[in-house]
Amino acid sequence: MIDSFYIAWKYVRYNRIKTALLVASLVLISFLPIALHHLLNKSEHQLMSRAVSTPLLVGSQGSRMDLVMNTLYFSNDVPPLVSMKTAQEVMDSNLAGAIPMYVRYQARGFPLIGTTLDYFDFRELVIGKGRHFVTLGECIIGAKVAKKYNLKPGDSLISSPQNIFDMAGIYPLKMRIVGVLQKNDSPDDTAVFADLKTTWIIEGLGHGHQDLGEINDESVLLESSGKQIRANAKLTYYNEITDQNVESFHFHGDTEKFPLTAVIAVPSDVKSETILKGRYLADDGEEQIVVASNVINGLLDNIFRVKNIIDAVILIVTVAMVLSVILIFMLSLRLRKREIETIYNLGCSQMTTVRLVAAEVILVGIAAAFLCGILLFWLNVVSDDLVRRLVVQ
Amino acid sequence: MAIDIQSLEFRYDRSGFRLRVPELSVADSEKIAVIGPSGTGKTTLLKLIAGILPVATGNVVVGKTKLSELNDKKRRAFRIKNIGFVFQDFELLDYLDVSDNILHPYRISHALTLTRAVRNRAKFLANEMGIGSKLSHYTNELSQGEKQRAAICRALLTEPKLILADEATGNLDPANKERILDLLFRVIENSNAALVAVTHDHELLGRFDRVVNFQDFINDR
Repeated sequence: MIDSFYIAWKYVRYNRIKTALLVASLVLISFLPIALHHLLNKSEHQLMSRAVSTPLLVGSQGSRMDLVMNTLYFSNDVPPLVSMKTAQEVMDSNLAGAIPMYVRYQARGFPLIGTTLDYFDFRELVIGKGRHFVTLGECIIGAKVAKKYNLKPGDSLISSPQNIFDMAGIYPLKMRIVGVLQKNDSPDDTAVFADLKTTWIIEGLGHGHQDLGEINDESVLLESSGKQIRANAKLTYYNEITDQNVESFHFHGDTEKFPLTAVIAVPSDVKSETILKGRYLADDGEEQIVVASNVINGLLDNIFRVKNIIDAVILIVTVAMVLSVILIFMLSLRLRKREIETIYNLGCSQMTTVRLVAAEVILVGIAAAFLCGILLFWLNVVSDDLVRRLVVQ
Repeated sequence: MAIDIQSLEFRYDRSGFRLRVPELSVADSEKIAVIGPSGTGKTTLLKLIAGILPVATGNVVVGKTKLSELNDKKRRAFRIKNIGFVFQDFELLDYLDVSDNILHPYRISHALTLTRAVRNRAKFLANEMGIGSKLSHYTNELSQGEKQRAAICRALLTEPKLILADEATGNLDPANKERILDLLFRVIENSNAALVAVTHDHELLGRFDRVVNFQDFINDR
């Protein structure tokens, strides 16, 4: 059989293009269904594990899907906003703990999450290097963010402007990285976390500038009457919060009205959960409460419905490709008819030809399996990110 | 290896062609040429002697072996060990280089064992035939003459005592015909093998010990 493999190897090597096409066909036949199932299983696992560990979400009326996807997986679709008052009401109800979430901005392409330190306890996220944020302008980053840009505590990260053409819009804020989270195979790995107030400063609800009382340059001042001093556009606003200027940062307006994208409600028991849900049942209410796992189950039902259709299509394509491969081998045998006659005339049985073709099939199969294995290994490495991009975001 | 044919009759069922050879003998080391018009059964005779076609009626004895008593498997084993076949169209495989083509019978048959000695003999034969420098070339890189020489090397590698050549020089120019026959005859004489060669080249007949004219046999279409 060794000689059969030697001759088959010579044959497939000489007929490189035909072999490459055969191998590519077999790789596609085998890789596509396996990859699809792998990605769907990953999707299900990623979506459900996060959803079941998040009891209730309070958000503004609107798309339940956007609310869940934005809060749990930091998707780019921002749900209608609620205010800090919503979080306060949940807290005041004594039925659940409230974790305010503001998932609207990005930093170097990663979602920037404005929240409180309660979020880290709730998700059981552990700081791998550095410490938690304690003052304005500090942030901590997920493990994959740190790895991708080789960031560490002490480095800085600039929030992304929402629209570079909007001169009056969001200005980037340079944040200090004070901690890096340990990897936990969740969307938290690819996120940047800062205090809510930091994200509100990025929004423009708060700012820091030169102290008007200590300005020597008169040209900065527009008007000064008693305690009220007004400055013109020459006044310097800070785009980085440092120990020296942190005291100058302040907010204008009522913080209760400041925006959030959602509030994670963590009820103390089932009874509290039921009562809390009841409070948001009114049809004319401006807010809604959702059970994340119910929404995700609905999404998965749709995904698996689509998967069944794709499975059927892949089955048909696979049958067609297998038939094509068989046809190729049969045509190959016809082309080799003269070779078969020659080796018979030399003194070999026609089974020798079967052995040679079998060895050729095995070699092509091994090559296809090897390539398929490499692709599956690659898929396994990138599947988390791929699922996040394809399904979550 | 001697050949003794008595009262041989063969018939193709489909075409109805019938070959009759009342008597034909070839002595050890004898070189005979078989001539005759196309379609008179010359190639069929070679296939019967080689055991490629089964003998239905009559006797074909090659050496001491009566071919009609052998089944297909035994005839194949007998053929690959004892008979070297040279085809008109060379029948070399395009995906193998010259070296692998010459060694091919050893790779496709359990009856033969590929050893270092066999490899050395392949090189020796290739050098003898003047294609020693072409061993790593594919057959599409060879001239017609070189292809036929490679085919002859393949036929001679098993050191057969009987060589069957089916218009082995039919596709060659006159200079190559002479040269290849020279080489073939030299190697055959060194190994004391018998040669049965079907040919249309009447100018080559003088080089054979004997000429058998197929018109002497009565064959029907």
